[in-house]
Amino acid sequence: MTVDAPRANLPPLSLHVPEPRFRPGDEADFSDLVVPPAGAARRPDTAEPADRFHELAYGLVRVLDDAGNAVGPWDPRLDAEAKRKMLRSMALTRAFDERMFRAQRQGKTSFYMKSTGEEAVSVAAALAMAGDDMCFPSYRQQGILITRGYPLVEMMNQIYSNRGDPLQGRQLPIMYSSKETGFFSISGNLATQYPQAVGWAMASAARGDTRIAATWCGEGSTAEGDFHSALTFATVYRAPVIFNVVNNQWAISSFSGFAGAEATTFAARAIGYGIAGLRVDGNDALAVYAATQWAAERARTNQGPTLIEHFTYRAEGHSTSDDPSAYRSAGEPNAWPLGDPIRRLKDHLIGLGEWDEERHAAMDLELAETVKRAQKEAEKNGILGHGMHQPFETMFEGVFEEMPWHLKEQSDQMIAERKAAGI
Amino acid sequence: MNMIQAINSAMDVMMERDDQVVVMGEDVGYFGGVFRATAGLQAKYGKTRAFDTPITEIGIIGVAIGMGAYGLRPVPEIQFADYIYPALDQLVSEAARLRYRSNGDFTAPITVRSPYGGGIFGGQTHSQSPEGIFTHVSGIKTVIPSTPYDAKGLLIAAIEDNDPVLFLEPKRIYNGPFDGHYDRPAKNWTAHPASEVPTGYYRVELGKAATVREGEAVTILCYGTMVHVVAATIEELGVDAEIIDLRTLVPLDIEAIEASVKKTGRCMIVHEATRTSGFGAELSALVQERCFYHLEAPIARVTGFDTPYPHSLEWAYFPGPVRIREALNKLLKD
Repeated sequence: MTVDAPRANLPPLSLHVPEPRFRPGDEADFSDLVVPPAGAARRPDTAEPADRFHELAYGLVRVLDDAGNAVGPWDPRLDAEAKRKMLRSMALTRAFDERMFRAQRQGKTSFYMKSTGEEAVSVAAALAMAGDDMCFPSYRQQGILITRGYPLVEMMNQIYSNRGDPLQGRQLPIMYSSKETGFFSISGNLATQYPQAVGWAMASAARGDTRIAATWCGEGSTAEGDFHSALTFATVYRAPVIFNVVNNQWAISSFSGFAGAEATTFAARAIGYGIAGLRVDGNDALAVYAATQWAAERARTNQGPTLIEHFTYRAEGHSTSDDPSAYRSAGEPNAWPLGDPIRRLKDHLIGLGEWDEERHAAMDLELAETVKRAQKEAEKNGILGHGMHQPFETMFEGVFEEMPWHLKEQSDQMIAERKAAGI
Repeated sequence: MNMIQAINSAMDVMMERDDQVVVMGEDVGYFGGVFRATAGLQAKYGKTRAFDTPITEIGIIGVAIGMGAYGLRPVPEIQFADYIYPALDQLVSEAARLRYRSNGDFTAPITVRSPYGGGIFGGQTHSQSPEGIFTHVSGIKTVIPSTPYDAKGLLIAAIEDNDPVLFLEPKRIYNGPFDGHYDRPAKNWTAHPASEVPTGYYRVELGKAATVREGEAVTILCYGTMVHVVAATIEELGVDAEIIDLRTLVPLDIEAIEASVKKTGRCMIVHEATRTSGFGAELSALVQERCFYHLEAPIARVTGFDTPYPHSLEWAYFPGPVRIREALNKLLKD
């Protein structure tokens, strides 16, 4: 061995850089994706020790089979009314998304993010939790607010940053906040809500409360350090918290491989932390409901946290500023083997004789009207950039509980500058 | 009381008065903290009020924010200010912005305690003074005590404050005031009047500076350990300086600063932190803007150099008596 060429007899190292399977122009074909049959996953006791979840963390909890039947031990056995309510909330979320996306395209606001294809993840989870349980969402769980009955007009006021905006025009559209609704203030910084949810849950436990917390992030955000910190804290203190990882396959233009998905599942992350891990068909509203209900019971009985990976697909662009055709195959959303969550629950209800195409079409029409009416109402308060915003000096309020001298000075300065400029 | 006992007492008083107050951090529970600041609190208030945490600053601050959102009043500790950086995102993007971005819907009434500053042969990662990073962040208050009496009163005020507070504790003076003469025997707090600390509840209001010494020749703005170094150096030199201990950097007591500099016509700023973009730059700009026509000489800054904190060359780096004297001579001559 010479100094110049140590280990010359070995092949050189090579760096693996993940590459998604389909790029623009490719035909998307997921036929080799292993989708376990509905009903096959076992449903453990909610007190089962965390080291027995290997199979569930690598498998897929599914309730609705290809024919639309609810099968297996995870079937939450909801009555038809509850299922119709779930379907309605999902459809309303989609209708809201459609309308607000269009509003952005019409220049009425600067930004919007849809949750198309992921409605079950937020809506079914919200229905499976108690109304006073605390949610720490990411920016793609508008379905929680809608399910919990937060007014659409208020959501739109926030999106328009108008004079009715509950956040006074301070926040980017869709970064909602509603303590009353149990919906924590959304931050632009990814995964920060994860340890915060754990802290809230720890506080609830420390105070002998019975409320639990749940949090959501995308699979891309699991790479953040906050994710690791949160899971460590949660397992150490057995915090009553539900970690939802919405694996929609894409983090803007990066496929899930850049968060580690080539080597493992996201539910499997739970194993190393000693946390119960469930991998769930995220487009199966009944499976999402059942898994959340299970995790909520586990948390509420002091058995500790659960991590649920919702295996789903981001059917549209990341945001109104994104064009997915630049990095992925246009055929992907339709080729996705787990289908559409709304269509699947609708087919299930029709199969039960509890729903039909006419009622569904009528509901869609009615919801579109509801959203349109809310939009008209919200637009009375103004749209972005059309002058009907909050008074200028509100910019300086709420930085601190009381305004310190330097902010008062800056506020006066701004007013003087505007006056001098004649505006 | 020394400063550690005073800080311990502040937490004890607040935990007694308000059962929403919880203390948490690495080694703060059973062991009582690597500097003993939380000694006895777990035994007295139980493990759900004073507890050890995993070694993750992101987690400590993130969890504290969540607890604050629930309604608790957490006092998380970061073992050394040098290790606060992993939590920077949680502090800057979350704690500091929560009230603003949610329009008061949610708040983060947390008090982050952290030992800071040099003079202890702490080398690069046990000596830093990162206050300038935080004073640059809107929405967070920064407090630095320099005596046991102030430490307790300010910490109580910080814990009661509904805004997030970064409470930096100058660890060089935990056990006694430091005059900058590293080669002389260390003093303890016993002889200092500010070691008289009431055992019960009292507050030292945030946002108010203290005039440590009145004088006519020059105003010296300082905080933390440097208050004592400056005071001792001034006595040694026999200069009639007015020494102002800022105590709170944000919100700053601008009135006290302005009144003093307008009186003396000269201003020196002393801090341990590195110079470029340090808090001294902000102080200097404010004095220049507000006292320009009263200034008889350029504003002087005596600070740490723009290098990482050195180990063996600490006393050449530290803004001690030699460096203050040289700068002062020049400033008074100008």
